[in-house]
Amino acid sequence: MEKMPAWADAVLVPLISLLLAAILSALVIIGIGEDPVAAVKLMVQGSLGSTYGWGYTLYYATNFMFTGLAVAVAFHARMFNIGGEGQAMLGGLGVAVVCLYMPWPHWSLALIFATLSSAVFGAAWAFLPAYLQAKRGSHIVITTIMFNFIAAALLNYLLVNVMRPKGSMDPATAKFPETTHLPTLHDILEPFGIAFSKAAPANVSLIVAIIACVAVYFLIWRTRLGYEIRAFGHSESGAKYAGISPVKITVVAMLISGGLAGMMAINNVMGEGERLIMNSTEGAGFIGIAVALMGRSHPFGVFLAAILFGFLYQGGAELALWTTIPRELIVVIQALVILFTGALDNMVRMPLEKLFLIFRKGDA
Amino acid sequence: MDFLTIIQVLDSTVRLATPLLLACLAGLYSERAGIFDIGLEGKMLAAAFFSAAIAAMTGSVWLGLLAGIAASLILSGVHGLASITFRGNQLISGVAINFLAAGMTVLIAQSWFKQGGRTPSLIGGGRFNPIELPFAETLSTFPILGPIYSELISGHSILVYVAFAAVPATWWLLYRTRFGLRLRAVGENPAAVDTAGVSVVGLRFAAVAICGVLCGIAGAYLATGLQAGFVKEMTAGRGFIALAALIFAKWRPWYALSACLLFGFLQAIALRYQNIDLGAFTVPVQVMDALPYILTVVILAGFVGKAVPPRAGGEPYVKER
Amino acid sequence: MTVAPAIELKGISKAFGPVQANKDISIRVMPGTIHGIIGENGAGKSTLMSILYGFYKADKGQIFIGGMKTSIPDSQAAIAAGIGMVFQHFKLVENFTVLENIILGAEDGAMLRPSLAKARQSLTDLAKEYGLDVDPDAIVENLSVGHQQRVEILKALYRQADILILDEPTGVLTPAEADQLFRILNRLREEGKTIILITHKLREIMDTTDTVSVMRRGEMTATVKTSDTSPAGLAELMVGRKVLLQVDKVPATPKETVLEVEDLRVVDEKGVERLKGISLDVKAGEILGIAGVAGNGQSELLEVLGGITSGTGVIRVNGQDIDLTGKFSDGQSRRARGIAHVPEDRQREGLIMDYMAWENTAFGYHRDPAYQSGILMNNAAIRADTEEKMERFDVRPPNPRLTAKNFSGGNQQKIVLAREIERNPDLLLVGQPTRGVDIGAIEFIHQQIVALRDQGKAILLVSVELDEIFALSDRIAVMFDGQLMGFRDPAKTDEKELGLMMAGVVEEEAA
Repeated sequence: MEKMPAWADAVLVPLISLLLAAILSALVIIGIGEDPVAAVKLMVQGSLGSTYGWGYTLYYATNFMFTGLAVAVAFHARMFNIGGEGQAMLGGLGVAVVCLYMPWPHWSLALIFATLSSAVFGAAWAFLPAYLQAKRGSHIVITTIMFNFIAAALLNYLLVNVMRPKGSMDPATAKFPETTHLPTLHDILEPFGIAFSKAAPANVSLIVAIIACVAVYFLIWRTRLGYEIRAFGHSESGAKYAGISPVKITVVAMLISGGLAGMMAINNVMGEGERLIMNSTEGAGFIGIAVALMGRSHPFGVFLAAILFGFLYQGGAELALWTTIPRELIVVIQALVILFTGALDNMVRMPLEKLFLIFRKGDA
Repeated sequence: MDFLTIIQVLDSTVRLATPLLLACLAGLYSERAGIFDIGLEGKMLAAAFFSAAIAAMTGSVWLGLLAGIAASLILSGVHGLASITFRGNQLISGVAINFLAAGMTVLIAQSWFKQGGRTPSLIGGGRFNPIELPFAETLSTFPILGPIYSELISGHSILVYVAFAAVPATWWLLYRTRFGLRLRAVGENPAAVDTAGVSVVGLRFAAVAICGVLCGIAGAYLATGLQAGFVKEMTAGRGFIALAALIFAKWRPWYALSACLLFGFLQAIALRYQNIDLGAFTVPVQVMDALPYILTVVILAGFVGKAVPPRAGGEPYVKER
Repeated sequence: MTVAPAIELKGISKAFGPVQANKDISIRVMPGTIHGIIGENGAGKSTLMSILYGFYKADKGQIFIGGMKTSIPDSQAAIAAGIGMVFQHFKLVENFTVLENIILGAEDGAMLRPSLAKARQSLTDLAKEYGLDVDPDAIVENLSVGHQQRVEILKALYRQADILILDEPTGVLTPAEADQLFRILNRLREEGKTIILITHKLREIMDTTDTVSVMRRGEMTATVKTSDTSPAGLAELMVGRKVLLQVDKVPATPKETVLEVEDLRVVDEKGVERLKGISLDVKAGEILGIAGVAGNGQSELLEVLGGITSGTGVIRVNGQDIDLTGKFSDGQSRRARGIAHVPEDRQREGLIMDYMAWENTAFGYHRDPAYQSGILMNNAAIRADTEEKMERFDVRPPNPRLTAKNFSGGNQQKIVLAREIERNPDLLLVGQPTRGVDIGAIEFIHQQIVALRDQGKAILLVSVELDEIFALSDRIAVMFDGQLMGFRDPAKTDEKELGLMMAGVVEEEAA
């Protein structure tokens, strides 16, 4: 008999966890001498009150959709991929290689190949940790953390020594050619008569991200591979019984995860920066963890959670601009979300289960 | 490279290895008891800030040290609560603590000091100052051994000596005391400890607390010994290098010393030399930066002997009935 | 002068929800004796021992140690009361030395050196006194299983246990090691220790114990002097004179051989041989029932045949060899060869508990073209198939979207059975088909298995329930300690003979 209905586990637990995180965040804001209600109003205004705000919110959300999907896919196979940051960096490399070293007649072609390239590079970066986990039992959490740092060093080297244009002092590549410029939301919506902010960086990769959400949904719940990934994630012994290879699933799930994380680069490197710079990922790989946890590893949940965090990011930027609250508040909120939804979920779940039991007895 | 340069590099190595060593030993206690801790970075950072902040406000670096330890202990407590009491995912808890520290330190720094997320620079009594060991000055002219004594061994701040002393102390605690025996046992087979009538929960919380204290000292040293004040993200991945060193050291105290010295040495080299000319080719500085991490992966892959973590590591203990 | 019993239980009862694990248990064990407790799996022995060691608190009843009423709320109290327990699964720290394991929790003070020195001395004394020779500085994981067990015994003796409880001690020992163990137990008895031996092996009971209690379904059905009884008598008390479940079936007409197994051997991760050269065959249209107490190799047999673990030897299906090398998770190719498998543990293997019923219907067969539509799985088709299966197998509630863990045990089993049977396999492997299944479903499941046989399929049945073996099998084989003790015709044998074989005793066949 189930202790509490499925909807409660999927919706109530994360909602209450979110509530706890919100309450604690409000206390933090009070602690540093600001007004939480005013802060929230400012954040909403700044991130959702104008197309400029929406543009930035959706831009950030696009990043988080990719990294959130990456973590979510790995979670379905019961693996914790903390390497999204490094995989996204390698994805950036993949995008840069395609955009800089190949001539493109049109942005759509460039986009397709950049997407493929970023996915391949990201997946490649996830391959070694996956293989080591599957074949040698090396803990994937530790290896992916290490690979994050190795990626940073690698990108550092490449940007400073290899890909930096002669004469430039910036550790960055040259600007990508005009033909690889991705249309922004402004460009996309203009023919429909919708005036969208020109300055906001949200671009066509948002569409790709949404497609990725849908594709991951189909992959996980409608394909054989997804069936096997989920089965393995639930029960390794069951998987073995059914003839599902633990090694194959470990590696394939991580490749997909790395690929998704890598794809983030079409948004921030190709869509916004239009060149590869150091630390272009800016922690998005880690926010993907919070997004996946909040979204319960479901693409639709990830979609919503990504927008929520996009709102938090943009709102946080506005707060930093207009108040004394630094951007780091968002990091705190992100930490509290991860803590409550990921590590302290039993703290919420156990009393809830007791509550449901009481209600059930009351009904009987 | 002449002798003096070598001494200087080694001197640098010692100072850079110190926070690594303290954090590494911290992780050692926790993981030997079966609680994975990837939140060493966050605890160090929190300790760095609070020690610098209190030292700046009170002028006493010792009060700062206490404050740093307290901050680290609070985060340890959260980790312990999540991992032990609520049997949650220890890795996620560690990640959350890192972010919590990263965010809160800047937030509070800005609120208290309004200097863009840092503390004011520490001077005088607000810092741990170098200690001259006896006769350092007079012996410095003695050939070879003189500079080794006066430059390399003498002249560090007290926490450096504390860190190095912590190694034999840890060895002694783990292998010569009842507490150490039980702590090691609870990370290998908590059922064995439980059936012997000893509290698994108590041991694990004790380990987590010791971890908190050591991380606190590590962070305090960073902000009040190695440097003079807190700047945001000043730990710069040291908590992860310490974790790498712990795995590299196969969770043993004396190996931990070697591993941390090695990684400290790599950091010292990377600081001093941008690229290393080995004649045939130059080793770019980024390789030195990445080397600790690459070495850890190699260890984990089992290519240099087996790195076997404590058997019960990462698993919440549920009484088998 | 009456001597107080070393340990006495009065009216111990313990229930877990609706399951009465221990029902009004009363025993008396005199000091300086070896008392055996025998019973099948699920009889309640482990619960009783857990109560004695402080893991559980009895709902009712009292415990008397040496005549004094004692309460045992935790293991510390049990140790203080002089009870030492040697668990079936050792509680040792594998990379510690023997000495360190022995003093863990019983150290003499905060410093280790003096404790270790004291223990070393005690160990030498204990070794001399009881013949328990172990190298104190050996690392436990390098010791043989027999020696590891000695460490467990020494642990208890070091804590001055007067009462030693051993739970299925010989399960992991070789016959030679088992002999040594019993020599040690005899020594302990001579020195006045009280020993409680929990086992399902009749030979051990007859050879070693002074008195024996039989447990069945939570109750103590008898306590006798070992010298007053016989293996046959105990076997009868153990398996009980229950009304055999009758299944209407026509006599089998076996045809060609479907499964051949020759000298099959399986070694587990610890290097212990679990299957010691099994040879058998199963023909089309017959049910071969493998009887035996759990843990005697039947699980390994099913796992090797089902492609979950590897082994050495020969397996042939329909005349063609099956490749046994290396690959684990070879389930797909086994299924392709016409082998279906209803595993012993439906919750860990047969089902994904968090999957819905329809997802479980495809489990193991998720690559079947009938379940696909293009590159996607045809979930609607699987659901429709599930509905049909649920109707044919009377699964309740017939809701394909209900998660597996929300079905009762019987209905869960029916889902698994429906899936495997409707594959029309040439060979069906089925383990513990009615474990945790209610009476109504048991009958149905049995009928389904027989129906499959009547369609001319070969069935290999593994069950710890003798009535089930008798009800279903056309031929019976008994497994004990990784070997086949013999084949019997169900019409020409009875539960007494089988009970003996299951406990390792093969009597001369009557001419």
